[in-house]
Amino acid sequence: MSLTRRTAAELGELMAAGEVSAVEVTQAHLDRIAEVDGKVGAFLHVAAEAALEQARSVDARRAAGEALGPLAGVPIAHKDVFTTKDMPTTAGSKILEGYRPPYDATVTARLREAGLVILGKTNLDEFAMGSSTENSAYGPSHNPWDLGRIPGGSSGGSSAAVASYQAPLSTGTDTGGSIRQPAAVTGIVGMKPTYGGSSRYGLIAFASSLDTPGPFARTVLDAALLHEAFSGHDVMDSTSIHAEVPPVVEAARHGDVAGLRVGVVRELSGEGYQPGVLARFQEAVDLLESLGAKVTEVSCPSFTYALPAYYLIAPSECSSNLARFDGMRYGLRVGDDGTRSAEEVMALTRAAGFGAEVKRRIMLGTYALSSGYYDAYYGSAQKVRTLISRDFEAAFHQVDVLISPTTPTTAFPIGERADDPMAMYLADLCTIPANLAGNAAISVPCGLADEDGLPAGLQIMAPVLGDDRCYRVGAAVEKAFQDRWGGPLLKEAPAL
Amino acid sequence: MGRPAAEGGSGTVTTTRATMPFDEALERFEPVLGLETHVELGTESKMFCGCRTEFGAPPNTHVCPVCLALPGALPVANDKAIESTIRIGLALNCGIAEWCRFARKNYFYPDMPKNYQISQYDEPLCSDGYLDVEVEGRTFRVGIERVHLEEDTGKSTHVGGATGRIHGADYSIVDYNRAGIPLVEIVTRPVEGAGHLAPEVAKAYVTELRELMRTLGVSDVRMEQGSLRCDVNVSLMPRGAKEWGTRTETKNVNSLRSVERAVRGEIERQAAILADGGRIVQETRHFHEDTGATTSGRSKEEAQDYRYFPEPDLLPIAPAPEWVEELRATLPEPPAARRARLQAEWALSDLDMAAMRNAGAVDLVEATVAAGVPAADARKWWMGELARRANESGTALADLPITPQQIARVVELVASGALNDKLARQVLEGVLAGEGTPDEVVEARGLRIVNDEGELTSIIDDVLAANADAADKVRSGKIAAVGALVGGVMKASRGKADAGRARELILERLGVSG
Repeated sequence: MSLTRRTAAELGELMAAGEVSAVEVTQAHLDRIAEVDGKVGAFLHVAAEAALEQARSVDARRAAGEALGPLAGVPIAHKDVFTTKDMPTTAGSKILEGYRPPYDATVTARLREAGLVILGKTNLDEFAMGSSTENSAYGPSHNPWDLGRIPGGSSGGSSAAVASYQAPLSTGTDTGGSIRQPAAVTGIVGMKPTYGGSSRYGLIAFASSLDTPGPFARTVLDAALLHEAFSGHDVMDSTSIHAEVPPVVEAARHGDVAGLRVGVVRELSGEGYQPGVLARFQEAVDLLESLGAKVTEVSCPSFTYALPAYYLIAPSECSSNLARFDGMRYGLRVGDDGTRSAEEVMALTRAAGFGAEVKRRIMLGTYALSSGYYDAYYGSAQKVRTLISRDFEAAFHQVDVLISPTTPTTAFPIGERADDPMAMYLADLCTIPANLAGNAAISVPCGLADEDGLPAGLQIMAPVLGDDRCYRVGAAVEKAFQDRWGGPLLKEAPAL
Repeated sequence: MGRPAAEGGSGTVTTTRATMPFDEALERFEPVLGLETHVELGTESKMFCGCRTEFGAPPNTHVCPVCLALPGALPVANDKAIESTIRIGLALNCGIAEWCRFARKNYFYPDMPKNYQISQYDEPLCSDGYLDVEVEGRTFRVGIERVHLEEDTGKSTHVGGATGRIHGADYSIVDYNRAGIPLVEIVTRPVEGAGHLAPEVAKAYVTELRELMRTLGVSDVRMEQGSLRCDVNVSLMPRGAKEWGTRTETKNVNSLRSVERAVRGEIERQAAILADGGRIVQETRHFHEDTGATTSGRSKEEAQDYRYFPEPDLLPIAPAPEWVEELRATLPEPPAARRARLQAEWALSDLDMAAMRNAGAVDLVEATVAAGVPAADARKWWMGELARRANESGTALADLPITPQQIARVVELVASGALNDKLARQVLEGVLAGEGTPDEVVEARGLRIVNDEGELTSIIDDVLAANADAADKVRSGKIAAVGALVGGVMKASRGKADAGRARELILERLGVSG
């Protein structure tokens, strides 16, 4: 089997057994990138030389007898919002074109330390704002299942890279569903850890109270291995939780749902959902029951208000977070010809450097936070957020995990919703509640929708710090489905 | 609220009007005062990162991704700064919040790298306290509305213009060393009823506050270096009126004298406008140290909407009650109580004590006493010779390059008879000139009193020979004439002779009993 078809866990084992070197594994993936990324557009920057250098170093350490982690030598692609000190970081924005950070994000640094080889940086909706990766200033990425469709967003470059076998693993960030939604529409696994379970230090902020770094992989176990490798408390991020990382790898290795109480969220299915997506979801429910889970319906009434609350909170925070991009200290600067004031240069830089969606959200947030409207908008949204957390708490008294479709539809064609922001926002309908409450949620593949043959995802939500439950259920579902399908869903994907 | 003075403001300068003489203004109007004081904390590291806070370091040498607000960087709150703020609040008799949050104050400012300031808004760490200040024997209780913690901005230098302001400058350079230094803001409630003492009350409040900060050891409170900065609010209401008038806020007043002048100036300016039938515009004003005048800055109509919201990058602050009580129990003696105690211990009049306080000598004298010097001597040196030299060189007493321990050594040398006062002054001069420790100066300048009887006798013989007339007078019983001879000996020895011993020897030599 080609090295690029292997899972991260398999690659780790092959390298540990000395059957293949990190350089060979890295080169295989670099070759795959050279072969297919012209069509997929997953990468903004490929760091071929640095990757080979890093791989050589891992091989040397292994040769010297050093004990290395399970993912040492495994290639990874990072969403281009994680700062990397030896390569550009743009957040998909013109305003950061050419910016090279002087420091590594904690996630980046920890994965370097664990010996993962950075292949490069992946495309995203500008500043992680969007649900299709069409908002990137550097052009869209494409869904490997159908190059005319979106790979999800905002971490679409990362999902596309993994789904097209250019990387076995990638990182993403999930603010309103930006990991789970692209994972669902590209047929892979994507996990949003508990907020604060993974460090935001060095993650270019979109909405601070929601942003959560997380893993993409083709299997639940791979996602868990990656999750474990970068998670845990970080002194540089005071919102990171002081707690042990939940036993996610253990859970992923021994998935089982016998006796587990599973709640189907009534508010997250039904009208407006694509029939094929609902059919696949119903199959997943039946599968869970057949595996011994006790499935009940649970109502979370405040989830109805999650989308509007999210679209007040996230833009409010982004309007403040993006204020630092003023063209004065780094990145793009426009109009500085010696005749203009600093304010004029800032205005021209922002006009040229930010895309339409980013401007829209800055304006929304600025308005929502302004003194006359704070209570009506931001204040109300925060109250809704509290109600959503209470809905989750009440639900988790009745059941161990909650499930729903990850997205209401499969991947839509590129351009279809580009001029209709409200339609675009609906893509994250099912994922947003978990961001507002800060709990853990994963998306695993659950089959192809009948009408278009495109992947649908099953979302599994667990309480705060109950990340291992996501992996436990995800692993059980994955195994049962793979037994039925005769392998991973991705083998159904058309060749590129 | 923490905003540095806007450079140049909106450019709309209110028409200059005549001022009303102060006494007349006070006959017609009652001033209401408000003071907002910013204190830079003297913590080792900045508010939200590990960078050092040293003043005067080369530009941009104490910076990191966090205080430069590079993309992705996150703040982590400095526990020591929170502790200092709570101690300040306790010393100001405030209540300490059991739970509160930082907020983001969003505005654009050229030397603020995040383009928002992490501050506190509706949830200050400390609130509802007071500070008593004494002016002309009367005690004024100044209510403290709130004490909160925030971060300082960087510092811009505008190069090429005539005024040093951004207007007309060729370019501006920014130093981010100060960006992120912890800043405590102390806001008073409106102070009414000070009448014609309002300027003095304002000054006394800042003086007392400064002393309190110094006593707590939380800041070096140097107004000239900006580690204590004051915004002065003044409004006037006609005598007999019940409602306050419109206030102005004079920003960044940087000396105690200026606080007094700014209040007085605003009273005189506003009174003239009101008496003219004019209206006071709510605005910020800039104080000009050189002229004592203020000019208009930004008006309320142009006031910013700061779009405050809770800072999502930081956890709430929830100081444990036991910790707060521990901090309360370990507060130092309040400055006013300490002054009363020292005044009694040193047996000083109110006037002497006030003079020492004004000269900034209290701490120095106390430290000198602690080094083993009798209070009277310590006071004599600091308030005499050293105060004179400080005055001459235009420096603060505390900034003289001499320590209480060095004074103690000089006093010890005098007490042991190795120096007299005149020589001691020369030693101090040498220490101040950087010639070394008192002992090194004595050695280098050869200032030790001439105790060698032989040498002294030979000088005396020369002096007696040269002043035969005076010697005869003494011999004939006019003992007072010995002064001239002693003077001659001192002159001949260039001050190094022990005058008392010389007198004895002269009288002995002349066969007269003193």
